[in-house]
Amino acid sequence: MPSLDKLGNKPPLLEVKNLRVEFPTRRGTLLAVDDVSFDIAPGEVLGVVGESGAGKSLTGNAIIGLLEPPGRIAGGEVRLEGQRIDNLPYEAMRKVRGARIGAIFQDPLTSLNPLYSVSRQLVETIRTHLPLSARQARARALDLLKQVGIPGAEQRIDHYPHQFSGGMRQRVVIALALCAGPRLIVADEPTTALDVSIQAQIIALLKKLCRENGTAVMLVTHDMGVIAETADRVAVMYAGRIVEIGPVRDVIKHAQHPYTKGLMGSIPSLGVRTERLTQIDGSMPRLTEIPRGCAFNPRCTSRGERCMVERPDLMVAGASRAACWLHDARGVGAPVPLAREVVHA
Amino acid sequence: MPEGSYVRIEGLKRYFDVSPPWLVRVIEGKPRQIVQAVDGIDIEIAKGETFSLVGESGCGKSTVARLVVGLYPPTAGRIEFDGNDIATRRGQGAHSALRRRLQMIFQDPFASLNPRWRVFDIIAEPIRAFGLSKDKVDLENQVDELLRQVRLTPADGAKYPHEFSGGQRQRISIARALASRPEFLVCDEPTSALDVSVQAQILNLMMDLQRRLKLTYLFISHNLAVVYHISTRVGVMYLGRLVEQAPTDTLFRRPKHPYTRMLLDTIPDLDMTGRQRAPVAGEVPSPLNPPSGCSFHPRCPFANERCKTERPKALSIEGGSVACHAIEEGRLAIEDRTYVVRG
Repeated sequence: MPSLDKLGNKPPLLEVKNLRVEFPTRRGTLLAVDDVSFDIAPGEVLGVVGESGAGKSLTGNAIIGLLEPPGRIAGGEVRLEGQRIDNLPYEAMRKVRGARIGAIFQDPLTSLNPLYSVSRQLVETIRTHLPLSARQARARALDLLKQVGIPGAEQRIDHYPHQFSGGMRQRVVIALALCAGPRLIVADEPTTALDVSIQAQIIALLKKLCRENGTAVMLVTHDMGVIAETADRVAVMYAGRIVEIGPVRDVIKHAQHPYTKGLMGSIPSLGVRTERLTQIDGSMPRLTEIPRGCAFNPRCTSRGERCMVERPDLMVAGASRAACWLHDARGVGAPVPLAREVVHA
Repeated sequence: MPEGSYVRIEGLKRYFDVSPPWLVRVIEGKPRQIVQAVDGIDIEIAKGETFSLVGESGCGKSTVARLVVGLYPPTAGRIEFDGNDIATRRGQGAHSALRRRLQMIFQDPFASLNPRWRVFDIIAEPIRAFGLSKDKVDLENQVDELLRQVRLTPADGAKYPHEFSGGQRQRISIARALASRPEFLVCDEPTSALDVSVQAQILNLMMDLQRRLKLTYLFISHNLAVVYHISTRVGVMYLGRLVEQAPTDTLFRRPKHPYTRMLLDTIPDLDMTGRQRAPVAGEVPSPLNPPSGCSFHPRCPFANERCKTERPKALSIEGGSVACHAIEEGRLAIEDRTYVVRG
């Protein structure tokens, strides 16, 4: 389905349809990503936000074909520029990854090989994907390092990862992701390991690069603030499903799903000091104990009888789409108050 | 600041020797290397208030927390708690009586609870150690009450830490810290490892407990929004020094030090005001080799020659203090900031 936002009628760059990721275990199969569908337009930044265990990183890893076994894609499809990439053999997927999809991970130290200089890692990646000579590749590597704002790139290109600080390492990782000029970057918590002042620099850099190169970004993070600064649209995940997806401004200012509302309320705001923060009682269910009906129902103050038995899919809610019966013509049914003694997180 | 401050920290310093071994130094002709993790800090905390320390990683805020509870001895300076110097007197006796009144909550709820102990024993340990229970029944009642206080159930006492989520574990840490009936809690990033919705639960719990038990908090965090929410006063640290401290509202409404302003600028704009942020260039320098003069001068847009050579002294202003030459000389105007109320 084409996206409905301002980037409108262009065919999507990435299409994810009914993606399911499961983990077979001795005690049955766990469904970690359950029927997730979304798409990303060229040049668009889609934020994927959720708390730990919501399945946001798994969704990202499934798209770039880096699910850790025994995790596996159990259903659905992923299309990049119309071509299915979820069922490609390993070697073919390796060519897609790097050339057409770049990846940025949370920890910049483990994404770089400590034994190779930065230039060697960049040149190797460039030459794997582009038909360039060693000299041309090095020139491109230098160019990329300048683009990501590494001061003194001429000298620093031959340094090793440990000689860079955390923020500079993350810049190198971004340069590495940009090597072959990918159309899409999957960035998994790119600023989480960094200090706030460095985080602001990296966000600004990502935004600048996307604007200049027209690269689309799937930005996976738990930090709503980073999303607000960076993304065009945002998908909120809970217990393996997307509960709300829409333009970032609408989701932040007019959240439609009770979970998103609670999540936004629990972020301390600088404008006003209150006696208490809004809190969502309880915690996200474990994958083994996902309740019947809507997965959020044990914590939801607006729940009704229908939420206890029937699972909502995404439906139109304001400017966004939300998976909540509140936005259905038939509603939630008779209200079911929360149990008095909620188990706290 | 009232004369009878409850906790008073004066000229607190802590240096760490990170030199290579003696033989390596001799062979390579290298000098000793000293990290000035905390380099002369003065803080006063009144009873019942929450004093927060904020700063980026490596600024020494956690070292201050550890110094205050006595996990490290200070290199220099005094830490007074209710009129008693706790930094220099390190023996038994009087010190252990003070120690009961001062407890700590750690950042990582996965590392700070012994995985082989049942929750009951984890929480009972301080009660046993300080001899605060009459008999076994009394001990059980106390632990049950503590579990209820942090909104867990007495039945949870029979479980092991791995059976709980991060937020629940942090509740157990809080129950353990409260077990010795302390008056002063040092909280080192207690919510940093938690998801936001759980963070809200823990912050609410901490504020409830503070009101009910008349606790005083020293709260360490890198998250300014959390600090804004929970504190009475805030101190901003940079490279081992306190660059500014002020009542919370003053600090956020009229920040003075350029570093404080920069930190406030880095808070993501959740209110979608479209405010343009100028990300500050540069990074925190290595504390091994801090810049001369004001340690912020290499990143400061207002730095001049004096900032490069002379270390600024704390200047009292608007109920707080700030260490900045530009403010002192009036080169840098203090402006009001406005915030958009979300919702």
